[in-house]
Amino acid sequence: MQTMSKDIRIPKGLNIKLKGAAEKTISDLPRSDVYTILPSEFHGIIPKLNVKEGDRVLAGDTIFHSKTNELVKFGSPVSGKIQEIRRGEKRSILEIKIKADDVESFRELGIKDPLKMGAEEVKMHLSDTGCFPCFTQRPYAVIANPNDTPRDIFISGFSSAPLAASEAYALTGQEKDFQTGIHVLNKLTSGKVHLSVSADEMGFFDKLDKVELYRVYGKHPAGNVGVQINKISPLNKGEKVWTVKPQDVALIGRVFSSGKYDVTRVFAFAGSEVEKPQYYKAKYGTDLTGLFRKHVKNSKVRFISGDVLSGKNMGNITSLGFYNSLITVIPEGDYYTFFGWMPFTQNQKLSLSRSFFSWLTPNKEYVLDTNMNGEERALVLTGEMEQVFPMDIYPMQLLKAALVKDIDKMENLGIYEVAPEDFGLIDFSNTSKLEAQAVIREALDLMIKEVG
Amino acid sequence: MQFLRKKVDQLKKPFLKGGKLEKYEKGFQALETFLFVPNHTTKHGAHIRDGNDLKRTMMVVILALIPALLFGIYNAGYQHFSQIQGADMSFWNLFSHGLWKVIPMLIVSYGVGLGIEFAFAIWRNHEVNEGYLVSGMLIPLIMPIDLPLWMLALSVVFAVVLGKEVFGGTGMNIFNPALLARAFAFFAYPTFMSGDKVWVSDALTVDGLSGATILGNLAQNLESTYSTLDMFLGFIPGSIGETSKLAILIGAILLIITGVGSWRIMLASVIGAVITVLLFNMLGLNALMNFSWYNHLLVGGFLFAAVFMATDPVSGAQTNKGKWIYGLMIGFFSMTIRIFNPAYPEGAMLAILLMNAVAPTIDYYVVNGNISKRKKRIKNNKLKTT
Repeated sequence: MQTMSKDIRIPKGLNIKLKGAAEKTISDLPRSDVYTILPSEFHGIIPKLNVKEGDRVLAGDTIFHSKTNELVKFGSPVSGKIQEIRRGEKRSILEIKIKADDVESFRELGIKDPLKMGAEEVKMHLSDTGCFPCFTQRPYAVIANPNDTPRDIFISGFSSAPLAASEAYALTGQEKDFQTGIHVLNKLTSGKVHLSVSADEMGFFDKLDKVELYRVYGKHPAGNVGVQINKISPLNKGEKVWTVKPQDVALIGRVFSSGKYDVTRVFAFAGSEVEKPQYYKAKYGTDLTGLFRKHVKNSKVRFISGDVLSGKNMGNITSLGFYNSLITVIPEGDYYTFFGWMPFTQNQKLSLSRSFFSWLTPNKEYVLDTNMNGEERALVLTGEMEQVFPMDIYPMQLLKAALVKDIDKMENLGIYEVAPEDFGLIDFSNTSKLEAQAVIREALDLMIKEVG
Repeated sequence: MQFLRKKVDQLKKPFLKGGKLEKYEKGFQALETFLFVPNHTTKHGAHIRDGNDLKRTMMVVILALIPALLFGIYNAGYQHFSQIQGADMSFWNLFSHGLWKVIPMLIVSYGVGLGIEFAFAIWRNHEVNEGYLVSGMLIPLIMPIDLPLWMLALSVVFAVVLGKEVFGGTGMNIFNPALLARAFAFFAYPTFMSGDKVWVSDALTVDGLSGATILGNLAQNLESTYSTLDMFLGFIPGSIGETSKLAILIGAILLIITGVGSWRIMLASVIGAVITVLLFNMLGLNALMNFSWYNHLLVGGFLFAAVFMATDPVSGAQTNKGKWIYGLMIGFFSMTIRIFNPAYPEGAMLAILLMNAVAPTIDYYVVNGNISKRKKRIKNNKLKTT
């Protein structure tokens, strides 16, 4: 039976059009010698190792788990030998390198039918197979706690961020796994599984069973799951919901239907500095040095794991992350601009304000670099954050409460409903150059500590 | 520009950490970033940033003020010479008369104000904020042409130190600094700030020159002798920047298109003023009450204040709903003070200062609406589950 969809309209936001969108072709990347796992990718997780250097592992064996919650386990993407565990200050684990076998051997997880399993059984299987990193909890935007039962589970079937990969396209061929994943999710919540998809690209999503389907109309951040939750059924104090990324739904489905932990990701490699931007398929942890060397035009560039608004600077990292469905490459911008503040000049830059002429060419694709375009200042202008923040929340007031660490006020103003990514466009557009996402991340971490 | 950049880098050395002039780093930085937008790249958060910054935003406001400034300079000469029989009425003669009056005021306003801003930035080791670039231009434009320069300087000191820096600098002030400067001068030196001698240059010293404003006359129940067109174009006596409504409208359009000035506040102020005047027209007890709504918009400093002062984002209401209420009340109080209190023929200054004080309260109630909605949601949920 097909589900009837509801419409959601997001009236505010901004679509940033950048040069270098990925063409819809998927190429397989060759198997790497060495796969790298970076625990820092999982916010708030202190890793406790289950292996030591020299150990042999199968694909799906637990490499480490969360120090604070044994049920949150992290699996190995490949079979091979633990080559190196690199540590940093205070013996923190920076990265784990696995020398891969030529032919993959999988840990046998057993083929399971979620429809015939109980809730607790499903949950334990997910924990055991290392699937919990797929669940993000809101409030706080951290990995979910397997002991909780979420009010609802939300999936955003698309990303509206600049140069984002089409999730519907990336999931080509994984439709069945996705449906199995949905069945698994239904076991975990007392509420519903909500899936929002872009009105422009329904893909196979409208053929799914057991899911509340929403068609979303609007500009970025319409694809952010937080915005969708705020419109569908806003989160209240004391409640918890979980969010899952589309490729992770398929991963979970695959674990159940094939009995194998197979973290193969399809990601877009995009941005103005990428030669022939397109999609690639590779396992989590794959070494991307070859790809970067061959397909990046310039040397003064920034590699971003994720999108240009809320992704992470990869720095020296050259491996594919767990959550990657996009790697963006843009030019660095460490240059001076003579009288750059003169209104109506520098029209190659994009701006939400109309002191540039960019508003006259809304369809132009821009090449934007990492220049700050000014210095950080006190918050002066008002009303500009609201233009790109579609939730029923006062963003500037919330940020101010976060800056002074006023917990009661943050609670009243809706801190539980937001994640840093929801402030990506505010980072981009606010005139005072306030680091809104960093402020929110810090505030959420404070809330975890003080409220829990 | 390579050459200039190298020169700046050379000059910068003693101001860097460990250098001889380290203390003055923030002062140097302000000048450096005026010449060059710096090479800083994004470190946290979004990797790309909007091209706009506070400097550019403030420059837009200054651009928007230029028409009013230029006309004000011309009008200073026009008001002076048009009252003298057989005077040379050539454009350049009128304009240069104004230049001689206005340029020194601009120099004093910027010199004193920026001096204080730099001193505070160096003392407290924070960046020089660009806010004063606008205040420094606004202050002379809302003063009478013949205000002695030392009074102007003192007003600036009062506005910047007590109006802004004691609250923590740009972004923290409660009152609009430019209006505070005017209020200070108004109450400290009333003979130079009001009456029928100060609004035309040299009217205080030259016999036979009248310097009365339309509002001043109306307050004494005298008829206005100026045509509506003169009032619109600005050929009337008044503070330097306030007379030409055409120039102000050009500025308003620029502010609204660029999104720098809040159209909500501007529109709400005008609506508030018009409604108020229409109500008083029905009473019609004196010349001011009988003055039509469009004439009320065209005389005095109301329109200038609504476009350039009420829209100050720091001292005004910050929420979109709040801006409507804030603007309507400014319109209402401006006209009420103007009509009821002949001692203050221009009510906009006091109305905005009053509303500056009330703005946080307006926002408080608007934001509280959102908070109660959130709390209600929890309550309803509890009802559902129990």
